[in-house]
Amino acid sequence: MGVIYILLSISIVVAIIFFIAFIYAVKNGQYDDSYTPSVRMLFEDEIIKDQKNPTVKTKKTN
Amino acid sequence: MSKASCFHCGDICISELITYNDKSFCCNGCKTVFEIFQENDLTCYYDLQNAPGAVPKEIAGKYDFLSQENIIEKLTEFNDGNIQIVTLYIPHIHCSSCIWILENLTKLNPNISSSQVNFGKKNVRVTYNSKQASLKEVVLLLSSIGYEPYISLDDFKTGNQHINRTLIYKLGIAGFAFGNVMFLSFPEYFEVGEFWLEKYKHLFRWLMFFFSLPVVFYAGQDYFISAYKGLRSKLLNIDVPIALGLAVLFIRSTVEIIFDLGSGFFDSLTGLVFFLLLGKFFQQKTYSFLSFERDYKSYFPIAVTKIFEGKETPIQVYDIKKGDRLLIRNEELIPVDGILINGKARIDYSFVTGESETVSKQSGDKLFAGGKQTSGVIEMEALKSVEQSYLTQLWSNDVFSKNKDDGFTTLTNAISKRFTIAVLSIAILATSYWLVVDSSKAMNVFTAVLIIACPCAIALSAPFTYGNLLRIFGKLKFYVKNASIMEQLASINTVIFDKTGTITSNQKSTASYEGKALTGSEETLLKNTLRGSNHPLSRTLYDILDEQDIISLNHFEEHLGQGIEASYEQNSIKIGSASFVGANETALLNTAVHISANSQYKGKFTFYNSYRKGISKLFNKLKKNYDLVILSGDNEGELENLKKLLPSKTKLIFNQKPDDKLEYIKYHQSEGAKVLMVGDGLNDAGALAQSNVGIAISENVNVFSPACDAILDASKINQLVKFLKASKNAIKIIKWSFVLSFIYNIVGLYFAVTGQLAPVVAAILMPLSSISIVVFTTIATNIIGRKLE
Repeated sequence: MGVIYILLSISIVVAIIFFIAFIYAVKNGQYDDSYTPSVRMLFEDEIIKDQKNPTVKTKKTN
Repeated sequence: MSKASCFHCGDICISELITYNDKSFCCNGCKTVFEIFQENDLTCYYDLQNAPGAVPKEIAGKYDFLSQENIIEKLTEFNDGNIQIVTLYIPHIHCSSCIWILENLTKLNPNISSSQVNFGKKNVRVTYNSKQASLKEVVLLLSSIGYEPYISLDDFKTGNQHINRTLIYKLGIAGFAFGNVMFLSFPEYFEVGEFWLEKYKHLFRWLMFFFSLPVVFYAGQDYFISAYKGLRSKLLNIDVPIALGLAVLFIRSTVEIIFDLGSGFFDSLTGLVFFLLLGKFFQQKTYSFLSFERDYKSYFPIAVTKIFEGKETPIQVYDIKKGDRLLIRNEELIPVDGILINGKARIDYSFVTGESETVSKQSGDKLFAGGKQTSGVIEMEALKSVEQSYLTQLWSNDVFSKNKDDGFTTLTNAISKRFTIAVLSIAILATSYWLVVDSSKAMNVFTAVLIIACPCAIALSAPFTYGNLLRIFGKLKFYVKNASIMEQLASINTVIFDKTGTITSNQKSTASYEGKALTGSEETLLKNTLRGSNHPLSRTLYDILDEQDIISLNHFEEHLGQGIEASYEQNSIKIGSASFVGANETALLNTAVHISANSQYKGKFTFYNSYRKGISKLFNKLKKNYDLVILSGDNEGELENLKKLLPSKTKLIFNQKPDDKLEYIKYHQSEGAKVLMVGDGLNDAGALAQSNVGIAISENVNVFSPACDAILDASKINQLVKFLKASKNAIKIIKWSFVLSFIYNIVGLYFAVTGQLAPVVAAILMPLSSISIVVFTTIATNIIGRKLE
């Protein structure tokens, strides 16, 4: 059952790695703005697509 | 013709219609922005959102001060002579198109290496090469595409603001430790005396001990500090029993594992701290896009143009001295009190008074700080420095340095005093009983009572109730600064309103006509004459009058400060002040426009404030439970109107200076009134700060409102009664959850007093009580919220 020491230390090391990742993320300001990234990730290829097809939807007049 | 709306900004094209590329634009500015985007392949801007733009404003010369080294130094957060980083606040940010275009600034100017938007805070962080581009260029670029940054005196104090993230760290640590300790303590809950468990339990226990160390000494330190501070000022706040519980939990658990008496209560300990911090976190969540701390600095510019020996130089606002000659451009704010030297001044004092009607001034008139010039360039001479001006002086009052929360006992702290005393007496009684019966168990019982009575559930009731209600209010456009304000709101007994801009609406005013009836042709002439005038009263009157045929006038002349003269065919008309049209009128309190046709006096239009919808109803509902007062800075012109509109017991007080309002509230508070002040302009700032709760009314919450405790959207003012009622109901919810947590405590105390508190009982009871309180308060506040809608 000596294996339990190995298992325990591995599990704690893994947990601590995640914990450090969390602290690092907070320190980088990743938790400061929780809205913009959700919009930003949807932008990708707009500019490229635009060059091929420069037409733009016209807004309906009312 | 159906009215087209602008492709760029979405406004209806009224005065002109420009068609370009099959798209309609309301002005050249909007068209130019579209052209810029089209040239740079950025038209996708219009795909993401319909008509997302803003009209770019004339800004020539406005940002000249940004080329001054010392100002750049203060505004940028990073500057090594090569690369500069600046964070700019842009009020117009409102949709995903805004994020997209602002993060693609580099396409418009290659010297900008990156730009990042924070949507919640409405700011953009721009990194650029300062050798190739300057701060001024960046700001001008943003302005030219309709995203004019707002740079105020407030930005001037610090370049880099420190963000406090300690609570997230603490929460992370407590959560991390809680999870791990739970795993480690689980085996011992049920399998007692099993062979392998016996062999490894010491290792498990010591691991738990090490996990709990940062929880007690870092994550939980606030509770110890607060309890110590409370005790020193002879106050038994809620943190005293919490700190006591935490200390006892930790010490007893450590002793137990050292002497192999048991597995300790590390699970309960870490869980307790985690839940408590969760409550704090929940309560701390605020509206990042709103600021409740604004003073005049947020309204004032950093620099103005000084004319010295015929040359224009930008000068910092703080450096303005008496006698300086200043140049104020269109749309610029007057930073100090002074005298108008030359130019046509039309000042908008809406920041100060909430009144949006502009005031015309002649050369030699006094100008007060805080007004915004709205037509052309003027020159003025400063009479005072910034801090000594009429408006800014208000901020030297003590009210602004006082913290409102001081001296206010919260419901939780009030109950914790009795609670702590009760728990301590139970602990002592139970211990003395066991000392007689079985002294070996006495210490065990004493600590068990303190552990189980740790008022986790009580401490959580208020944060979760207020926190949730705060969110519900926010959805209904009533933004409350923090939870303790909610509690103050429930104790209000007097409601004081400002008049202009608060119960009256900013934009619309109504006018009534008195005098001889106008003939059809006269009405047509009147309407067409007004069309040509840009005076605000003409514009308002024009909007009120019925639609008429458009005719081209034979003659049109505007006499500055007096009125307009016009003729068409054989008819002539004069519109303006009483003396201009030749009426013999005594001075009136209300604004009036007089009319004469063909040299014959006809009558006058008198302007009245138009009151917001539902004001009368609101006052009638409020009068049952509250004393009502109107404190207005204006003259008594509206007295009769208000008397008709409002319940008779409402006190109406006029001609109040900002200081008078503050003193009035102070006086009534000394007589025991709990005052809710509802105001809007900077002139109410003192009153808002002095009152128990100050609510600022805002037509557009993204624009500025003075320092206050809560911001209410103007369209929701008629709901005020409901919000007040909801805050009272919140107190009821908290009281009920206190009852609920007492029941848990009594059950727990039974185990503790009889000396049979096993770790597993504590580990079940404590999270159970916390979670059920959270569930109860959340459901109850949501029911209140549903009633609000």
